Amino acid sequence: MTHDEIYNTVIQLLKEIAPDTEPGQLKPEENIRQALNIDSFDALQFIVALNTNLGIEIPEEDYEQTTTLKRLLPYLEKRSNPKSENS
Amino acid sequence: MTEFLMPSLGADMEAGTLVAWRKKPGDQIKRGDIIAEVDTQKGLIEVEIFESGILDQYLVSEGESVPVGTAMALIRSAEAPSSPEEKEPLVPEQKEGIPEKEPLHPILEIEEDKREEPEDLPTVSQRIKASPLARKIAAVNKIDLTSLKGTGEEGAILRRDVEKVLEEKEPAKTPPSPTAAPRSSESAASEVRKAVASAMSRANQEIPHYYLEKRIDLSNAMEWLRETNKVRSVKDRLLPVALFLRATALALDLHPTLNAVWDQGVQVQNEINIGLVLSLRTGGVVVPAIQQADTRSPDQIMQELNELIPRARALKLRSSELSTSTVTVTSLGEAGADKVYGIIYPPQVALIGFGCVVEEVIPIKGMLAIRPVVYATLAGDHRASDGLTGSRFLGSLDQFLQTPENL
Repeated sequence: MTHDEIYNTVIQLLKEIAPDTEPGQLKPEENIRQALNIDSFDALQFIVALNTNLGIEIPEEDYEQTTTLKRLLPYLEKRSNPKSENS
Repeated sequence: MTEFLMPSLGADMEAGTLVAWRKKPGDQIKRGDIIAEVDTQKGLIEVEIFESGILDQYLVSEGESVPVGTAMALIRSAEAPSSPEEKEPLVPEQKEGIPEKEPLHPILEIEEDKREEPEDLPTVSQRIKASPLARKIAAVNKIDLTSLKGTGEEGAILRRDVEKVLEEKEPAKTPPSPTAAPRSSESAASEVRKAVASAMSRANQEIPHYYLEKRIDLSNAMEWLRETNKVRSVKDRLLPVALFLRATALALDLHPTLNAVWDQGVQVQNEINIGLVLSLRTGGVVVPAIQQADTRSPDQIMQELNELIPRARALKLRSSELSTSTVTVTSLGEAGADKVYGIIYPPQVALIGFGCVVEEVIPIKGMLAIRPVVYATLAGDHRASDGLTGSRFLGSLDQFLQTPENL
């Protein structure tokens, strides 16, 4: 899966969870949950939605990789293409 | 024949608008069926029926808005074919588009600008036993006597019965503005705001609150959650709130006077239905019930939350989920305030609050340790319980949370 595909999926899922916000305007280092006002329940829904849409199970100890786009996107890319990390 | 009434979905609800019937006359209906969709301040609610029978006829048509307690349909009971009720069902005729005027408006009458309109409340049947004074007060305040339960001899309605209704209605002066048209999310939000305002004003006026708090060491609970979530798929993972709710239910079972409603005395409830406060993104809160939480495992509670919370946030709840709470829990989740001192949702008598889980230095066996803790608070109605009960409840809550594997 390409960087753009992952980015678009993430933004779309965030929009579904926080429909009154503009996830597309998130800055790379902005804290996603704070910026979009996402509570712990919706944060879990986001992790579930990533699993459903990208087939990636994020273990709890990796939750900190989901705090900003700058961390989340490379993490998802790596996990979606486990064999060739550069693709 | 029984009447299907516009349900009260909380102390703050005065009227609702019938949006659609989901059953038609002649339909066989059973307990739990969704019979109608009703638009309220808390969104579009699917209303369930609590008895079985056959839908006989509609008394209210789609688009009409009627006060709580209005008969909306007649149900022929399955067992007893026909035993016509003494009293006639009430169907106040509503003019299209005119908001329901307050049927129980108390002494303050500034807003009664529609008074000149033709009487549209049914005349009180002479068969109702009521004292002349009660009748007079009821007439002045446009209270429908058929909706009252008398406490006098042979159920006669007395002055105090009518005044009680007036008192109950007093704080909720904001006239509801129900509308059959689909609402924008903004107007839905402002309706929710109004509903919250009305219920909380009433609670603050009527309920003598007392507050207690207890710091609860969550080392065991958080460690247990970490371990169990490791082996769970993302969909089955538990949040701390599932343990909080379960432990609360078990502790309430030991201290039942907190799981009660206040109606001229404490009435302990048989079921433990925990209303969970959910904030809406657009502001305001809704409080759907986790029914019989004491009989459910943390897993079952979490599954229920996964199903309930998205529907609650979309304001698509069922009537039973909004009307059956016997106690309320508010949990602030992560990154929120450390402690919450809630306001009780009448007629309930207790509200339990959980702040966010924080790490604190606490002494353990003469040493200082850093442990995850949560501050649990209890708002109690001092008419219904005392600090000792509340204190024991928080102690039990603490104990249950120390052995998460047994929850």
